[in-house]
Amino acid sequence: MKRRLPDPVEAVEVTPDLERRAERAERWRGFRLAVPAYVYLIVLFAVPLVLVGVYSFASRSRTGQPLLHDWNLDSVKRLADSAFLQIAWRSILLALLTTIICLVVAYPFSYYIATRSERTRNVLLVFVMIPFWSNFLVRTYAWKVLLGADGIFTRIGEALGLWGQLLFTMPAVLIGLIYGFLPFMVLPLYASIERLDWSLVEAARDLYATGPKAFRRVTLPLSRPGIIAGSILVFIPSLGAYVTPDILGGAKTTLLGNYIVNQFLAARNWPLGSSISMAIMIVMLLATVLYFRSGGRTL
Amino acid sequence: MTTGRDRSMTTRRLDRILAGHSALVYLFFYLPLAVLVFFSFNDSRFANRWEGFTLDWYRAIPKDQALMNSVKNSLIIALESTAVATVLGTMAALSLERYKKWLGKRTFDALLYLPVIIPDVTMAVMLLIFFTQINQALGLTTIILSHIAFNISFVAIVVRARVSNLDPSLEEAASDLYASRWKSFRKVTLPLILPGVLGGALLALTLSLDDVVITSFVQGPGATPLAVEVFARIKRGVTPIINAVSTLMLVASILLILGSLLIQRRQGSATRGG
Repeated sequence: MKRRLPDPVEAVEVTPDLERRAERAERWRGFRLAVPAYVYLIVLFAVPLVLVGVYSFASRSRTGQPLLHDWNLDSVKRLADSAFLQIAWRSILLALLTTIICLVVAYPFSYYIATRSERTRNVLLVFVMIPFWSNFLVRTYAWKVLLGADGIFTRIGEALGLWGQLLFTMPAVLIGLIYGFLPFMVLPLYASIERLDWSLVEAARDLYATGPKAFRRVTLPLSRPGIIAGSILVFIPSLGAYVTPDILGGAKTTLLGNYIVNQFLAARNWPLGSSISMAIMIVMLLATVLYFRSGGRTL
Repeated sequence: MTTGRDRSMTTRRLDRILAGHSALVYLFFYLPLAVLVFFSFNDSRFANRWEGFTLDWYRAIPKDQALMNSVKNSLIIALESTAVATVLGTMAALSLERYKKWLGKRTFDALLYLPVIIPDVTMAVMLLIFFTQINQALGLTTIILSHIAFNISFVAIVVRARVSNLDPSLEEAASDLYASRWKSFRKVTLPLILPGVLGGALLALTLSLDDVVITSFVQGPGATPLAVEVFARIKRGVTPIINAVSTLMLVASILLILGSLLIQRRQGSATRGG
């Protein structure tokens, strides 16, 4: 005959009711912990976000004061103006070009770091972290020094007879954006290549795949999450960039970011600035949702 | 068809190409910064021609009243916003990682991610409109409130990564031993997530010190922080004193990075699976 061991918690009978109550208390504690941040973000993020949406349909008095009664679609319609579309198109092209160049430069670089021994890898990574964390403004300013009339980069170009002063031109803005956002591409790429299961690549080689073919069919698809995350992290800030074009660009290089800032700080057309901000934000949210849909997990 | 020897030879050649490429990328990262630092010691009013070594530009910084005032503003803004954002962000991270689905959890999760994804310019516009709408005068207060708004999310993301690695049985063990909830948090959970919390705080500090776009929208007279002050001067032109200030800002960033790396090296011992 089997002897039944006494149940140590027999004294307190676990009824479904008690369990439910404990669970409810647990949920309540979780909610309570989030309340301060929740309230803060609703007041200082969600409400302002809705306000920008509202302002997009507001009109503007002759002094530039936004009027919150005469609702219309004027500002939204101005998004179809050819002058604005030109700026939007220019910004999108520049952001795409920045993203592609960053990807092409960063992929082999991240691949190299990820395939070193652990010790070397850590040292190499620290030297990527330093530009990643350094002050963005200072890093942009460094290029203003290099690209100016007297700058070293300009003097090299002149000596080679290849380029003159680039400051205040589109190429200068492109260089600045690449320099500013390259680390944002390197880190996610590194993370996904470093996690790669190398035995799959070896298996492909053992099955007589050539090096390039194994790379194209195995390594590249497996590092896709890093490619997508890096591209989003470069594309989004490039599209909304303000500091870089403002310092390195000139009058002919107005981008979306500068255009919005001008509507608020100079032209005083808040409704127009609001509707452009909303448009940019919607584009970026769509890009991010697509990213999460395509299987990405973290940014 | 390739033999094993061919394969190792092409691998080695590829490796050398990759090494060369990586060296060039590092050069691209560091050469501009090196030039900037170099010219901050230049004994010339013109930023780009070497005339001899001097520390004059560094000596001029403490005498520059506007600059020193902006440093003070920056420190107040960074410390206050980091303190609040770290507490709120850590609580949010614990709530999301440790507690079962509560009502509105998914909405909160999304709301917490948005400030990270949204472009600076949009967030700047939002906050300016909000403060104008509620008739809040622009100044230090509005800058601090705005910095907290974007920093909560960054702290929460960093702390969440740490909390999700944590072994929940440690906390359970503490409560089995009759530790009160607060005591088990203070004695077990907090020490374990501390590297994450400090990492998040350092990130918040850096982001607050670096921000230009959002701050220039919500700043008022007399409340200009360092980054915005430097930005305004950079737009006016290249000057050696800006080189000196930039060099010091660079040194400060590097010290912050090394600090956060040291903290990260200490972690790992108590986490599940390293």
